[in-house]
Amino acid sequence: MTTLSVPSGQRLSISLKVNDEPVSVEVEPRDTLAGVLRTQLGLTGTHLGCEHGVCGACTVAIDGAPARSCLTLAVQVDGREVLTIEGLARAAGDEAVEFDGQMLHPIQKAFAEKLGFQCAFCAPGFLITTLALLDANPAPTRDEIREEISGNLCRCTGYHSILDSIEHAVAIRQARHTNSAQPGEGAHNA
Amino acid sequence: MKMPSFNYHRPETATECVAVLRDLSRAGADVKVLAGGQSLLGVMALRLGPPSDIVDLSRVAGLDEISISEDGGVVIGARVTHHRAEVSPEVAAVAPMVAAALPLVGHRAIRSLGTVCGSLAHADPAAEMPAVALACRARFQVLSASETRTIDAADFFVGYLETALKPDELLVAVEFPQVACRTGVSVDELSRRHGDYAMVGLASSLSIGPDETISSSALVLFGTGATPLRVTAAEESLLGMTPDSEAFAMAAEVLMAAITPTADNHASSAYRRHGAGVLLRRGLASATDKIYGENP
Repeated sequence: MTTLSVPSGQRLSISLKVNDEPVSVEVEPRDTLAGVLRTQLGLTGTHLGCEHGVCGACTVAIDGAPARSCLTLAVQVDGREVLTIEGLARAAGDEAVEFDGQMLHPIQKAFAEKLGFQCAFCAPGFLITTLALLDANPAPTRDEIREEISGNLCRCTGYHSILDSIEHAVAIRQARHTNSAQPGEGAHNA
Repeated sequence: MKMPSFNYHRPETATECVAVLRDLSRAGADVKVLAGGQSLLGVMALRLGPPSDIVDLSRVAGLDEISISEDGGVVIGARVTHHRAEVSPEVAAVAPMVAAALPLVGHRAIRSLGTVCGSLAHADPAAEMPAVALACRARFQVLSASETRTIDAADFFVGYLETALKPDELLVAVEFPQVACRTGVSVDELSRRHGDYAMVGLASSLSIGPDETISSSALVLFGTGATPLRVTAAEESLLGMTPDSEAFAMAAEVLMAAITPTADNHASSAYRRHGAGVLLRRGLASATDKIYGENP
């Protein structure tokens, strides 16, 4: 039998990619992906709100699909690719734009320019969710955006600034595609 | 640590998997199968009845297919995620009620990992997929170390979070039969927020005969009791009727009189009963529009 069995309390090794870098780590089967990202890999950008899949603060991308890292065991991502908020700017590739001296993903710049967040506890989850939303639907209506972000909760903003920010991200990316000869947008105040 | 401890098993084939389930069950273990984990891990995070052993399907080959059976039904394997089923042209064509329900299941992130079969095996009475399976008369393909068997949806949902699956059995696939001609479907629910479990929900379908009257219907409530509930009295009241708002209002009265919904901190019994009637009128109107092409 080739069934792998790991008794309670023991560890096994998993190998995956996190933000495009190969990672090997020893985990207990009960370790969640969120726990391993935050504690063992030091990637504390992924936040824990409800820890049962409802609030969306823990949202990362697994093989390009948004997923709740609090409802994923680390063993489930063995051999897979995970994107966290720390990897979002680099994931922009040549779509990256400058803002305040940094190269960011257009989504990040959009939220910064529109003051989309207040305390920003919900921000990593919203940004990854927005990335997935715009990959699937580059020109969503405001209602479509509202539907797609309904799995992310924010206690500060009342959501309108977040909707505005996502619409702004759509506009930034569309303007960029229209002006594809230009290397990127210069930093400017909103 | 958020999750309780458990013994972890990762078989590579379905045969190994059911051998492990048999051995663990015989040893008296409380074993759960892990597909996407979006139901199981939520329950474990809240430390409600944590299992002693978990069998992870992630390496088991052959469970991740969507295929068409000899009868023209669509077969959804145990590891097929909600998202894959949601974007599948085969599912949309053969089982439109499944396609209608999936956008209501949790949120996009839940649907990335959660599986159709996992939701069915978990059997939360407020979930959409068990009601859809019952309404569509789905068939469940079950494997154990000693036999293969098929369970009809009518026999599958036994109680609250309880199915007809034995502890040493694996649900390998669910087959939804091909939808009949001139059939419209709808899945409707009342919930406080997007993605919440329904306070009351209805999976409905309507088929029209050559004389433009109702030849059959399916009306299955979810969120109203320990299991999804098929309301045959209301279904029968619609036979031979012209599909219009008067017929639906009549059937809504029959439905509301036939049920005793649960009361809990989310909704009273009266609210659920009233909501069931509202959803019937909405759902059947929507299903009828789909047949006559007004709202594809």
